[in-house]
Amino acid sequence: MEAPSFWPLFWGGIASVVTLGIFSFLYRDNVVYKFIERLWVGITTGYWTMLLFHTSFQDKVWTPIFLQGKFWYILPTVLGILMWFRLSKRYGYLARYALAFYIGISTGIYIPLAIKASVLYQLHGAVRGIDATVSGLMFTLALIALICSLSYFFFAREHRGVLGVTSKVGIYTLMIGFGAGFGMTVMGRVALLGHRVTFLFDYGNQLVRAMF
Amino acid sequence: MMWYDRMLSVDRRWIYLILAVAVIVTLVLPVRIPVSISGEVRAVYDFVDQMRDGEIMHLAIEYDPSTMAELHPMAESVMRKVFEQNGRLIMSSLSQFGPAMADEMIQRIAREYGKRSGIDYVFLGYKPYPAITILAMGTDYRVPFPIDYYGADVDTLPIMSGIRNFDDIRGVVALCGGNAADMWITYGNAKYGMPLALGITGVMAADYYQYLQAGQIFGLIPGIKGAAELEELTGRPGEGARGIPYQTASHAVILVFIVLTNIAFFAKRSAERRAGALH
Amino acid sequence: MKKQIPIYLVFVCGIIMVAQFFIPHEYSAILFTNANDFVIVIGILALPVGIYSLMKSTVEKARRQPKERLYSLTTIIAFVVMVIAGLDREWFTSPTSLSSRLFNYVLVPAQATLFSMLAFYIASAAYRAFRARTVLAGILLVTAFVIMLRLIPLPGPLAEANNALVRWILEVPNMAAKRAILIGVALGGITYSTKILLGIERSYMGGD
Repeated sequence: MEAPSFWPLFWGGIASVVTLGIFSFLYRDNVVYKFIERLWVGITTGYWTMLLFHTSFQDKVWTPIFLQGKFWYILPTVLGILMWFRLSKRYGYLARYALAFYIGISTGIYIPLAIKASVLYQLHGAVRGIDATVSGLMFTLALIALICSLSYFFFAREHRGVLGVTSKVGIYTLMIGFGAGFGMTVMGRVALLGHRVTFLFDYGNQLVRAMF
Repeated sequence: MMWYDRMLSVDRRWIYLILAVAVIVTLVLPVRIPVSISGEVRAVYDFVDQMRDGEIMHLAIEYDPSTMAELHPMAESVMRKVFEQNGRLIMSSLSQFGPAMADEMIQRIAREYGKRSGIDYVFLGYKPYPAITILAMGTDYRVPFPIDYYGADVDTLPIMSGIRNFDDIRGVVALCGGNAADMWITYGNAKYGMPLALGITGVMAADYYQYLQAGQIFGLIPGIKGAAELEELTGRPGEGARGIPYQTASHAVILVFIVLTNIAFFAKRSAERRAGALH
Repeated sequence: MKKQIPIYLVFVCGIIMVAQFFIPHEYSAILFTNANDFVIVIGILALPVGIYSLMKSTVEKARRQPKERLYSLTTIIAFVVMVIAGLDREWFTSPTSLSSRLFNYVLVPAQATLFSMLAFYIASAAYRAFRARTVLAGILLVTAFVIMLRLIPLPGPLAEANNALVRWILEVPNMAAKRAILIGVALGGITYSTKILLGIERSYMGGD
């Protein structure tokens, strides 16, 4: 296998130093970690600024208005610029007009879609699988568990009697859900760690091949 | 100090060290651990496997470097499989630190298969506010993306000829590291009804089975295990399969920690109760 | 006036978009498309406010706190370098440019590593806090244990039994619990959005 050339090794070295510098925080907070963290903040902010500039501002504001003559884009542009007045103590109220359009349109779109996606489809899914089979029995169990879990969040009445029993079953169901979430979370977090350790391991191999 | 007190007050840096050693050992002594294939991952594989020649699918790369360990293997598997089927891809990256990361992967895999930007695939790039962008793509791709990531007018690209919105494509596979998954379900599938599958991180995995059961998504790739399953199905083991051994080692270590801490906890509680009973 | 007009605007725009959802007419679709287009542009131009605020607070820190000066200067210099390196679209998208190198070899490893440290924290939390103090905690613990076992290669029948149990947990009680939370959160979100639309909730406007 061919030994890697200088520049990939150089940049890989930078990445390794960054990785190890961040990991050093596990021992204790230190200057190297702080420096790399602030460097990261600067680079991410700079990257996002230029990403917004090229892919959003240029493509959706500058090009349509000044290169394609689509002058109706001037209205949302003016509204967008009004948002900057939020930084002014005296004229900050002007930002509210632009925000009002944004909030009004977004909220108006959100309400019916949230009802459809998060309530209606979910309730339909909860009842549609019920029939006289093993799978149907499981769906029935799930429906009962759903009703009990929902009853746990009903705080208009004290949890006594029937509501007390259902809310107790509900909290047990919720705990199973949280336990499942924790179990899957461990997998997710460990994957991130393994990826970094794999990178350091692979870079170490490359370095050894380059040196010997 | 009793043995259970010593166990319960171990310095956390020892715990970090044990976990790190467990991960490093599995890298030095590589071992292949087979994964069982779940129905929800197979559904995504079958969806891509049944693509016809030239058919177009949308691959949404909605994650950034903080979750790439789990989602990048999925993206690579899906991209490779689509190209092997001679399908075509529309790709977007609505996560603020994802586009450059997605672009690196797209260009690398496209070069591998000899695929050309604008003809076999298009990378639309990034726009802020995923919810509004998804809604806009559903009416017309050109509304949020008149220009692709590289600066080309979308109307001049052959792949976009005859493609207006989600109605004109096979479906969407969205790989999401955050709440973009909810956006695709609410603002994509609920509004436009296109077939939608999700690839998500392990942290989110337990939270999306209700959408699968309700039929709002047809497939789900949960975390690194899901990525390994997809690689198994496509016959190309990659970072997903490579991740399973250290997952096994780390899980074993953490399970041992949980058992040990509970043994110590119950021993201490029992001793305290006995001491309380004596007095 | 300064607060009343925005509240009326929110109501009018919101009601129009809610009504639009139920009107399957061509003009309704055109309104929807253009409203989305508008909001995208407004949103794009609003974001620089956040970037400006961040850099302003960093510059203030550099001026006022001698101990933080070196770190704040690091942030500012990194920001300026990244902006200059990505000024041209070719430079920004080219895989061999300085902008891409800084992204791939500083931003990616830093961000990935910062989040990977969570694995250590979760191991530490599992050891130091994950104890079955109560029945509820015990249920959570046992469920997590069963879910985590699926990644351990167990002997044949045990593995099958564990896989079947995991499947049942994910598809029945876990699904029911998460569905209940989803419905509850959605109803809360819908209520809050309705309050915004009706002008009852005005926190988004900020103070006078």
